[in-house]
Amino acid sequence: MFRRGRLLLWGACLALAVALPLVFKSGFMLSLLCQIGIMVVFALSYNMLLGQTGLLSFGHAVYFGIGAFISMHTLNMIGKDGGPLVVALLPLVGGLAGLLAGVVLGWVTTKKAGTTFAMISLGIGELVAACALMFPGLFGGEGGISGNRVVGTGSLLGFTWGPQVEMYGLIVAWAFVATVAMFALTQTPLGRMANAVRDNPERAEFVGYDTQRVRYLMLILSGLFAGVAGGLTALNYEIVTAETLNAHTSGVVLLMTFVGGIGFFYGPIIGAILVTVMQIVIGGMTQAWLLYFGLFFLFMVLMAPGGIASVIAMQRNLWQAGLFRRMVPHYLAVALPILVLLAGLVGLIEMTYALLAGEGVGAGDTATKVMGMQLQLASMEPWAIALAITVAGVALTRWIGGRTRAAWNETLATLHGDRT
Amino acid sequence: MKNKLLQRLALAAGAVLISGSALAQVKIAYIDPLSGPFANVGEGGLKGFKEAADILVNQKGGVLGQKLEFVGFDNKGSPQESQIQLKAAIDQGFRFITQGNGSGAAHSLIDAVNKWNARNPDKTVLFFNYAAVDPTLTNEQCSFWHFRFDANTEMKMEAITNFMEKDKSIKKVFIIGQDYAHGHQVAKYTKEQLAKKRPDVKIVGEDLHPIGKVKDFAPYIAKIKASGADTVMTGNWGNDLSLLVKAAKDAGLKARFFTYYAGGLGTPQAMGASGEGKVLQLTEWHDNVPTKSTEKFAADFNKKYAPAAYFYYLRVNTMTEMVAKAMNTAKSTDPKAVALALEDMRFPAENGEVWMRKSDHQLMQPLYISIFTKADGKTVKHDSEGTGYGWKTLASISQRDSQMPTSCIMERP
Amino acid sequence: MEFVVISLLNGITYGLLLFMLSSGLTLIFSMMGILNFAHASFYMLGAYFAYQISAWLGFWPGLLVAPLLVGAVGAAVERYGLRRAHRFGHVAELLFTFGLAFLVEEVVHLVWGTSSVDYKIPAELDGTLFTLFSTDFPIYKGFMMLISVGMLVALYALLTRTRIGLIIQAALTKPDMVEALGHNVPRIFMLVFGGGTALAGLAGVIGGNAFITEPGMAAAVGSIVFVVVVVGGLGSLGGAFVASLLIGCIQTFSIGLTISVTDVFALIGVTLPAGSQVARLTITQLAPVLPYILMVAILIFRPRGLMGARES
Repeated sequence: MFRRGRLLLWGACLALAVALPLVFKSGFMLSLLCQIGIMVVFALSYNMLLGQTGLLSFGHAVYFGIGAFISMHTLNMIGKDGGPLVVALLPLVGGLAGLLAGVVLGWVTTKKAGTTFAMISLGIGELVAACALMFPGLFGGEGGISGNRVVGTGSLLGFTWGPQVEMYGLIVAWAFVATVAMFALTQTPLGRMANAVRDNPERAEFVGYDTQRVRYLMLILSGLFAGVAGGLTALNYEIVTAETLNAHTSGVVLLMTFVGGIGFFYGPIIGAILVTVMQIVIGGMTQAWLLYFGLFFLFMVLMAPGGIASVIAMQRNLWQAGLFRRMVPHYLAVALPILVLLAGLVGLIEMTYALLAGEGVGAGDTATKVMGMQLQLASMEPWAIALAITVAGVALTRWIGGRTRAAWNETLATLHGDRT
Repeated sequence: MKNKLLQRLALAAGAVLISGSALAQVKIAYIDPLSGPFANVGEGGLKGFKEAADILVNQKGGVLGQKLEFVGFDNKGSPQESQIQLKAAIDQGFRFITQGNGSGAAHSLIDAVNKWNARNPDKTVLFFNYAAVDPTLTNEQCSFWHFRFDANTEMKMEAITNFMEKDKSIKKVFIIGQDYAHGHQVAKYTKEQLAKKRPDVKIVGEDLHPIGKVKDFAPYIAKIKASGADTVMTGNWGNDLSLLVKAAKDAGLKARFFTYYAGGLGTPQAMGASGEGKVLQLTEWHDNVPTKSTEKFAADFNKKYAPAAYFYYLRVNTMTEMVAKAMNTAKSTDPKAVALALEDMRFPAENGEVWMRKSDHQLMQPLYISIFTKADGKTVKHDSEGTGYGWKTLASISQRDSQMPTSCIMERP
Repeated sequence: MEFVVISLLNGITYGLLLFMLSSGLTLIFSMMGILNFAHASFYMLGAYFAYQISAWLGFWPGLLVAPLLVGAVGAAVERYGLRRAHRFGHVAELLFTFGLAFLVEEVVHLVWGTSSVDYKIPAELDGTLFTLFSTDFPIYKGFMMLISVGMLVALYALLTRTRIGLIIQAALTKPDMVEALGHNVPRIFMLVFGGGTALAGLAGVIGGNAFITEPGMAAAVGSIVFVVVVVGGLGSLGGAFVASLLIGCIQTFSIGLTISVTDVFALIGVTLPAGSQVARLTITQLAPVLPYILMVAILIFRPRGLMGARES
């Protein structure tokens, strides 16, 4: 199960995660890394449903949120009696809560697969989200429930969990444990059965497996890990609000997992990192980030439905066949026009957003700052230039892209030829 | 021609120099939604702060010889994202933050600021709240590091019920609200204070509906109508308010609506004629409250930004000026010194004298009850959002009368 | 009595509007097996197009042109997006529409701004049609009913009386057979998708000014339309019709009921602990989420919906 190469890779990832805060020392980067760690666990737990069992859920945030709320209530309940050790184990409480929620709700949702499951998860998600606002006693209303992760006076091996960097260490530890556990699960008979249920339910049933039971078990376990992620959020932010279990959170985890790639175990990890960075870093740079994100997502669905992981896997295949080198010049050649196209498009979008924000309108002659440049949005000039760059980018991309595609198809043919 | 070009270049170069290095800046991080469904509200607030800083502070010499600047941080309306943005702002050297949309995000920020200040006493951060109105923020949850420049729900309800006390035509009240903390609080304070001031008034119904989920309010209106209410009390905002008022007009309901947020960005527009003579709001100011200089400020603002944003938040101006004054009197931009200077400050704002109460950091300011009516160029000089309808003052409540006791026990550093 | 009659009228009006939205979704689902998550986005586009056209030419041209435009956009989405995503399976298709909904909202923000737009009811339809007891019934609501019923009749005639309708009906159940007979099934798909989105667009044209035209309007109706389709039975037009009216009426009548959850449980002999948070809930408070409860119940006890023929 754990080959040496795989062990090395796991170790390298862990070392990298531990080393990162030594390089990026700022509080912002640390918060970003913490958020990524939490989302990695959450996205992996989601992929247990979508990727491994073929269950498309629109309400996964329910388990995440319940885990977070129960952890927070527990934290507040233990109060001064607890210590750092108890706090460190709190995500387990979140996990158990997620598991219990899975036992109760999963019994209803997993009776059917396919569209029925998708719809029923949507319905239950909406119901739970609505309840969260109706019961302020349990969910804290608009202000949510807050707590303090520094309890008692002692420390666990010198950790009090107060400073963010210690919290990051805790998140990495939990994320690592959860990731290993989830990976191990894919190698168990249950994990294999889940794949069979996903690929061919009739056949799995015929061979003697109870598909409903497999789905139910997978949902319960996925709820467990989503709950762990929820517990980590509660500790990390020291506040839990109704937002953690609403449709928006469910949508984000779906997008992450899909963008990363549902067909590979590590896909959701890439997706969680990428989407969180986009949300927070690009979101901090431009208001148009939702638009970019939407475009990027549609692009992925249409061009690389296997997600980023599948693209990486493809390149790895080429590399192993010694064909990767052949594609490098083509990649480089096509990158340039794509960059031109992106520059033009981003320019157009940014200027439109600047106009929408009311800057430069009615202000007459004054220049507006767009992407670090002072532009006269009232005049035609910048628009014409950006449009020209975009059009040139499209033309170039089509031209060079056609050649790249031809080269790609040829290489692919060689690759498959080699194999057969 | 050539001269003009040269002149422009010189001006541009000068501008770069000034903004780049010559004048240092005092920066305040504006942490509110700048993308997503509530982006319009967040954007409107940011424009208000930027304009206020420029015209009311920087053109009058700035703070301690420096420029005051507001920089937007997009929290996407989320309490958790607010904390990440707070960290980003602290990293970039911000020592002051402001936020207003949503008490959830406000709770989260107060909590984070308290913890940050306790853990980093040499890099403290101060939080100015311009619109989050949950009373607990200046009661049970009050903090030395938090100042609120908007009247809270309890104070607003006190003002509204004082008005109702005098209006004997009010006999039957129906309460309708969004099913979350704010809606619950409005219902609670309405019942509490009406029972005290007008025990003869009957509460004929009370309904809560999930926030943002109702498309057709006709059934609620039918129920209000069946209850025989002459007055509707609601804390609804945004579409939940506009749709309610529209449905009332369609069904010919004659009752009056007491609201908190009918003047909020986009709502007058969406209500249009259906709100005429029917919708009342309580605010610290509206377009037709006479002022010394805000009339011109508002006109310039609207000319510059409409229809993307209209001037609505007078308290944004008040807050900007008070913060600048506090920095100038403290002769410091250290958060603790600024906080101490703000405490107990009395300031001649455009809506009357205001006072920052020391015990809970709640600003006491005059409030106005106004009604949505046709603009006539005289008492209703300005219309709202180009609708042809504007706000007419029915009553004003002095700063002193809006005060409510606080349960705050503040921990001071 | 007054309350019952008024509520019934309100419920039917709302239900008919829901049907206009869900009929397109059902048609698309039964033909192509796609649950179109962006369906409500086409509803929103309809409202915005109508707003723009009515600002230039007036309401009536907008009533005609806007749905056609939306239909054209829908057909283009099918031709250049969905057809490609279709190759990668149902999940990819569904996610494509999911992402599309996202994108449409941002584009609407970009073009028409983040606040509501001033899309008004035309003056000739603004007013009171009749007064029942003491409650006014606005002309516009009558107009909405008229359009919905007209659309229902037209759709019925199209599906049962025309050649293309028969082909569509045949393709609903036996797409392979229809293709074998030489019909261009992909083109029929494009037509159905375009037609379905045009219906959503029409709903947007008449719903946009009755309610409010703003960027959040798609998200607000999005999930409720799914509930209608699932409750009615995936792929059943008749079921969607019944479910629309049912949900319209449930919503209006439950608001009128002043009983609490405690009373409901008392009916089945369960006493809830007094003072608990659940016990204090009233049916009115729950009204807007009742459809979801109904949906979950239907999915548990009768997964093919009220009148559906198949499960998924």
